[in-house]
Amino acid sequence: MPNFVFLWTDIALFAMVAAVIFYAWRVSRSETARATWARVARSTPAMSSAVVLLFFVVVGLLDSVHFQPRLPSAPDAPPNAPVVYSPKVVSLLDTLLDDTALTHQEKTYSSPLAYRQFTKETMLQEGGEPYRDFPRLRFGGAHLDDPEAQWLADVSQRASLGLAGGLGVALVLMSVVVALIARSRRKREIHASWSMVALDVCRGQTDIPWRAMFMTALAMCLVLGVVFGLATGYHVMGTDQTGNDVLWRALKSVRTAWVIGTLTTVAMLPPALFFGIAAGYFKGWVDDVIQYIYTTLTAIPGVLLIAAAVLMMQVYIDTHPDLFPTSAERADLRLFLLCMILGLTGWAGLCRLLRAEALKLRELEYVQAARAFGISHFAVMVRHLLPNVMHIVLITVVLEFSSLVLYEAVLSYLGIGVDPTMNSFGTMIDNSRLEMSRDPMIWWNLLAAFVFMLALVLSANLFADGVRDAFDPRSQSFRPARRSRLLAMLNKGST
Amino acid sequence: MTGYIVRRLMYGVMILIGVNLLTFVLFFAVNTPDDMARLAIGGQRVSADAIEKWKAERGYDKPLWINAQAAGAEKFTDTIFYERSVPLLTFDFGLSDSGRDIGWEIRERMGPSLALAIPSFVLGILASISFALLLVFFRTTPLDFWGVVLCVLMLSISGLFYIIAGQWLFAKVLRLVPYSGYIGGLDMVKFLALPVLVAIISRLGPEARFYRSLFLEEISKDYVRTARAKGLGERVVLFKHVLRNAMLPILTGTVSALPLLFMGSLIAESFFGIPGLGSYTIDAINGQDFSVVRAMVFLGASLYIVGLILADISYTLADPRVRFE
Repeated sequence: MPNFVFLWTDIALFAMVAAVIFYAWRVSRSETARATWARVARSTPAMSSAVVLLFFVVVGLLDSVHFQPRLPSAPDAPPNAPVVYSPKVVSLLDTLLDDTALTHQEKTYSSPLAYRQFTKETMLQEGGEPYRDFPRLRFGGAHLDDPEAQWLADVSQRASLGLAGGLGVALVLMSVVVALIARSRRKREIHASWSMVALDVCRGQTDIPWRAMFMTALAMCLVLGVVFGLATGYHVMGTDQTGNDVLWRALKSVRTAWVIGTLTTVAMLPPALFFGIAAGYFKGWVDDVIQYIYTTLTAIPGVLLIAAAVLMMQVYIDTHPDLFPTSAERADLRLFLLCMILGLTGWAGLCRLLRAEALKLRELEYVQAARAFGISHFAVMVRHLLPNVMHIVLITVVLEFSSLVLYEAVLSYLGIGVDPTMNSFGTMIDNSRLEMSRDPMIWWNLLAAFVFMLALVLSANLFADGVRDAFDPRSQSFRPARRSRLLAMLNKGST
Repeated sequence: MTGYIVRRLMYGVMILIGVNLLTFVLFFAVNTPDDMARLAIGGQRVSADAIEKWKAERGYDKPLWINAQAAGAEKFTDTIFYERSVPLLTFDFGLSDSGRDIGWEIRERMGPSLALAIPSFVLGILASISFALLLVFFRTTPLDFWGVVLCVLMLSISGLFYIIAGQWLFAKVLRLVPYSGYIGGLDMVKFLALPVLVAIISRLGPEARFYRSLFLEEISKDYVRTARAKGLGERVVLFKHVLRNAMLPILTGTVSALPLLFMGSLIAESFFGIPGLGSYTIDAINGQDFSVVRAMVFLGASLYIVGLILADISYTLADPRVRFE
């Protein structure tokens, strides 16, 4: 057994997964919640992007299982020698990708699919004569004897094998899903054979947009197949300045993006819920005090407040080096604290929305009735107000995710984001900023960050739009939540 | 109305006091001046003398809140809190940790900041509104659909990419504009063209989508149906009725953002090397100059409050149904 390491953010992420599963269980037991989510399930863009998001979720979770692998015992060790663990903490994702180029480090830059380094080096000939040339890479194309002649054939062979593999996986996946649909239809006593379901899916005549989802999954499988086919022998997206595989860095950044996007909203919820509902429910001086608090917070420019808090955190970490034994733990704690800071500085918007909603709800008959029955203020807020503002919370959380991922990039660029040693889209962009002005240009670093970030943020945005349309009671297809946020702001301003 | 504005101003002053207290606690109470000194001098093993000297040079060697050694009123005035916080309320920013006058720096850097912020703001709003109107004019056609797709695509791209791509395309490949830098006078157009263009494009996606939904909401209202029933053409309905009514929320929202233009843009200024307030702030963050960061926080908060009051007033002026309370 390897020695499992639980970093702060790992625990938080897995707690979040547990919370999502719990929520799904709750939804499955409630008729109305199921109906609302069914509306999300019928939206084509939302479900297609859910397929893409699922891939990122899997990558993020695989990368969150950290452990120290067991080292093979020394040959002359006594049988009862203590087990030795590697000092390096790796994740499950690293282990899965161990045989590919992703986890193999080169010396410095190399372009995508290259077999030679990007920069020249002085090497020694057999006779001891020094000469300058582009050295071969340690891993990329190292299996080729005569790279100039074999490279094209080898690359196309690996790519087509990968393509075939991706196609196979996609077909298997589809037939499994089709079989499951057929089974669930038969359960509901609808006559359905496998081929009828397949025909319905192909024609796009299903309630849930299976055809679009299949197309997305097929495209993903083909792209991933080609990429991993090539990654068995080459660095698909090249390597960066310190020789790390760029694709590997991008995959690792996905986890950072998930942590920032989800943990921050979790940190934001307690103050926003508590203050928002209390302000709307009690009105009067409680409302005044809470409004004063969040107006003060929003008055401070967001970036500066975060910068101030991060600087303070930095001072604390620098003056207490003994608390954080390894650099991985320090980087992880910094990420965790960054999420807390983002959450504690960003709850004002949600709080304002919840206050407006609570102001409206408290006048409704059922709340009045509950009060007349002598139920305490606290119980009214928890039992009667909280469940009825949850749709606002859900919409905000889902909408906020993509903007937080984008925000992280800006903060890391400013030097107040994640630890510079941590892989994230922000650090990737920050590193590749100067590479664009080199000649010949180094573009693959930036491209990888761009593609991954666009895929993640775009699918998150589309999914969030689907959720918002389903959950916002007032939303016909043309009413983004920002509108209600603006209205809330204006209403607050005019009273 | 005067009474209302005075009340709002008083509220603003209270908020500023809150901001001041909050940042003071963040910067001085959570971490002691000793920590700051150690960070500024660098390294773990800094001699106690060096710390004392650093603190004495900047006046950080006094007690935080109450000076027990002093007599009379000096008990409260001869402290870090009094010397560092009270002058802020009169917009006297004092000296930065590196010894320069912050107020002078702010006055010097306001010009370049505004030279970038005002054109990008005005042109950005114009571009977004016209794009949104175009989409609304062609609503229920494929053009609208693909326009919205384009908006979503554009708002999913980080602003950093627009800047890097713009610099690469216009400065490196086409060689139309310089990479970065700034000079005063008429030549500044050359340096500002690219940052302004990038700012417009990076705002187009989210804003055009938002404005489009505002317009569409107006279009479903009764007065539009009445206008159509009178036999007015689509163009007249759109430009005369819908645009004018939808402009109200747009303009009042815009007014509150106006004062914050003084703060400049953090990212664009540092990428394009424009010596404005944004790059000043970034330099302060990177140099961990706490005085400058505090001054900028205070300035930003006061501008935000001015924006809030302006928004209130403009909302009332624009919509006579809203009355001051």
